[in-house]
Amino acid sequence: MHEFLAQLINGISLGSIYALIALGYTMVYGIIGLINFAHGDVYTLGSFFSLAILALLGATGELHGPALLIDAGLALFGAALLCGIVGVLIERLAYRRLRNAPRLAPLITAIGVSFILENAMQVWKGPSPVPFPAILPNPAVTVAGVAISLQQFVVVGLAIATMLALQLFVHGTRMGRAMRATAQDRDAARLMGIDINKTIALTFLIGSALAGVAGFVSGVYYQSTWFFNGFGAGLKAFTAAVLGGIGNLAGAMLGGFLIGIVESFATWLLGGQWSNVAVFAILILALVFRPSGLLGETLPEKV
Amino acid sequence: MIYIYFLAAIAVVVVAERVPSVGAKRALYAALGAALLLAPLVDHNDADYNVLADAGVFVLLALGLNIVVGFAGLLDLGYAAFFAIGAYTYGMLASPQFGIHLQFWVLLFVAAALAALFGIILGAPTLRLHGDYLAIVTLGFGEIVPQIFQNLTAYTGGPNGISALDFPSFFGHSFGQRALPYYYVTLALIALGLALARNLRESRLGRAWMAIREDELAARHMGINTTLVKLSAFALGASFSGLGGVVFAAKLSLVSPDLFQFQVSVLIVSMLVLGGMGNIPGVVVGSLVLTLVNSVVLPQANALAGAVGLHVDFSSYHFFIYGAILVGIMLFKPEGLLPSVQRREELRHATAPQDVRA
Amino acid sequence: MPLLELDSVTKTFGTLVAVNGVSLRIDSGAIAAMIGPNGAGKSTIFNAITGIYAPTAGRIVFDGKRIDHEPTYRIAASGIARTFQNIRLFSFMSALDNVMVGEHARLRARLWDSLLHTPAQRAEERETRERARELLAFVGLERLSERYARNLPYGSQRHLEIARALASLPKLLLLDEPAAGMNPRERQDLIALIRGIRDRGVTVLLIEHDMGLVMELAERITVLDHGERIAEGAPAEVRRDPRVIEAYLGAPAP
Repeated sequence: MHEFLAQLINGISLGSIYALIALGYTMVYGIIGLINFAHGDVYTLGSFFSLAILALLGATGELHGPALLIDAGLALFGAALLCGIVGVLIERLAYRRLRNAPRLAPLITAIGVSFILENAMQVWKGPSPVPFPAILPNPAVTVAGVAISLQQFVVVGLAIATMLALQLFVHGTRMGRAMRATAQDRDAARLMGIDINKTIALTFLIGSALAGVAGFVSGVYYQSTWFFNGFGAGLKAFTAAVLGGIGNLAGAMLGGFLIGIVESFATWLLGGQWSNVAVFAILILALVFRPSGLLGETLPEKV
Repeated sequence: MIYIYFLAAIAVVVVAERVPSVGAKRALYAALGAALLLAPLVDHNDADYNVLADAGVFVLLALGLNIVVGFAGLLDLGYAAFFAIGAYTYGMLASPQFGIHLQFWVLLFVAAALAALFGIILGAPTLRLHGDYLAIVTLGFGEIVPQIFQNLTAYTGGPNGISALDFPSFFGHSFGQRALPYYYVTLALIALGLALARNLRESRLGRAWMAIREDELAARHMGINTTLVKLSAFALGASFSGLGGVVFAAKLSLVSPDLFQFQVSVLIVSMLVLGGMGNIPGVVVGSLVLTLVNSVVLPQANALAGAVGLHVDFSSYHFFIYGAILVGIMLFKPEGLLPSVQRREELRHATAPQDVRA
Repeated sequence: MPLLELDSVTKTFGTLVAVNGVSLRIDSGAIAAMIGPNGAGKSTIFNAITGIYAPTAGRIVFDGKRIDHEPTYRIAASGIARTFQNIRLFSFMSALDNVMVGEHARLRARLWDSLLHTPAQRAEERETRERARELLAFVGLERLSERYARNLPYGSQRHLEIARALASLPKLLLLDEPAAGMNPRERQDLIALIRGIRDRGVTVLLIEHDMGLVMELAERITVLDHGERIAEGAPAEVRRDPRVIEAYLGAPAP
């Protein structure tokens, strides 16, 4: 029973990272119908940027008090901002020209962008995993006999706070409304005077910034990062977005937590070498049997 | 020396596809074929045939994937999985692993059939998905297959794979360690693959594939059973990959799960994109160019850099090369470097002002 | 016996009733038309006939067999061909190949024949190509046969779609707004072409907004409004029908 709870908490921590990444997939898919294959690598970039900022600040070990807040805060916001900028650049340089091209063209381009980013990171930090400074003190709190680390609290807390902020933005602001309108019907949105290019760029900015947050969070949580992390994490987060219903923000979060929990339990019950098989099997089953996802709706084919 | 093979083959294809006379075109291809067959009389360097046989395997894979992606328009990002299935077929049935030692030639057929079968198993439930969702499902499949081979240690040797595979033999003559026999095997398989791919393109089935690629709903209105037709593309494409897998495994005398990662699938997609999806000569050229870069140019660049005291590992730029090809071609020349003459002509027409009404 | 019969066909999308209990009979050898304001349910009926949607209720019988709930490809193979309101050609294929795809259901070549180009396959291909050329000539496109469909002028694309539809030797041809965007001369050609198609023994059902063309061409007209059939009969009767006049009064025929 303890092990069960411990794995559940593990899964939720893991899932909050997937959920943050999944939001970017789902927002971009919702607005331009593209699986932004490079999104997972933007997430890894988030870890790398955080790492670079912490190194710049001289933060190599455990931080306390104001130093913790300032350094971690700078790394978090810096990574989010830089990732946001990278996302906007990717959209501008690689995807915008292909907005009306046959559907597979932007997907193939996105795979290309992903490979370029991975190679850049490989050159930057080398082909092996890179240690990430353990900036958080590590007192564990024991709840009902299960130890929960401060990392886990921070990971889940940050993720939930970010998601709430996103919900407020999308449903409570003009720009958020413009995003939703564009996702629903681009032509109608244009006729209503919405600047489509700006709205799509904004979507990439926010989605990629969330990936940056996820990158920071995962660095803090795992205390390690690797140029190739984004491939697997991205695929799992995409699975989460599909599972929740692509285009649906709440669905992406739900899917993210579910995938995290599945992975955590598969590792526990079947062994780590089967966890990827389990997650990708879910991806295939979800797409085959419920492509509209848990919270999505099916739309009739346009003729 | 090795450059001569690649550059000559590429040059012949490029020129042959641009000459207006059918006779001249046939003569050029016949000359290339004869030169490739007779080359070993002049060139006794087995290392050359080692590179060329590998290149041949990739040409075969590209021809097969072209059926799925180029003809039928189904983006398959897990094509390496079928390659793995072919290779492991040989690894498990022609090695000390189980003490089974089936003939190479028999296993070519077995692997082609098995790969096709797995193509059908994957395709049957997933082919009603639309474009990009299908791509992701195949990617998931491509991730699962090598992982399963890695996990089933008792049967597959786990992460280390299976080694000391049997040397094939031809009428009692063992291939041994030499690459030359594999060179001839890949030449034969490429000739077969080219003939089949060309036949398919000019057939009822080939037209049905292209119709699905262009407009699936309209294709159904032509009486095309789209599920069945897509399945046949998946199965046929996979069988090419199965053949390639057997040759690859036998030549290396080794199979292991890390040989069939996602990068391999993307490499083959890059070959198609570079040469021009759907156009057979373009696909051949695309795969020749990329293997040349991968197995000749980059290692030599490394050696050169080392010689002048630079410590740059050019082979760590593979990802960048594939990525740059995918992005660059899609943005600036989506028809590829060597589109068919007709396509090039028609794209020129399309730039003329269009009659837009209704 | 009618060639096509719709028996109280209803199609709903969620809460929207697109077609409500529509019945329709098309006799063999007829030129029939469906008219009605935008959103009256005409295209939905075409889509139900060709199996894109299964009707929510009701029956569709073609040539003595029920076809609702059959897949589109089988309905097409059984003898119903169509064109689309917003042209759907195979853009990156030549005009000739487009028509040859249209012959798909009639051809016998199996996987094996396609792979190996057996003698039977070669003979069939030759015939297929020849028939496709004839059809292109029939619609006046023989000189454009090698051009990609996407590069043909608009009017030729409409004609190519008709040739492709005829390639399966259908018993029934459904034309979805064939005259849309045509100038008066092209329109006259189209009228002659549709009559020519009927003279080949093909029954024609068309959706059209061009009232003049419908009145000139169709022998029977069905009028739809808000998903329901409000009138049916010969052109002269329909024109006088008070419900039809009422349906079109607010929005006169375009």
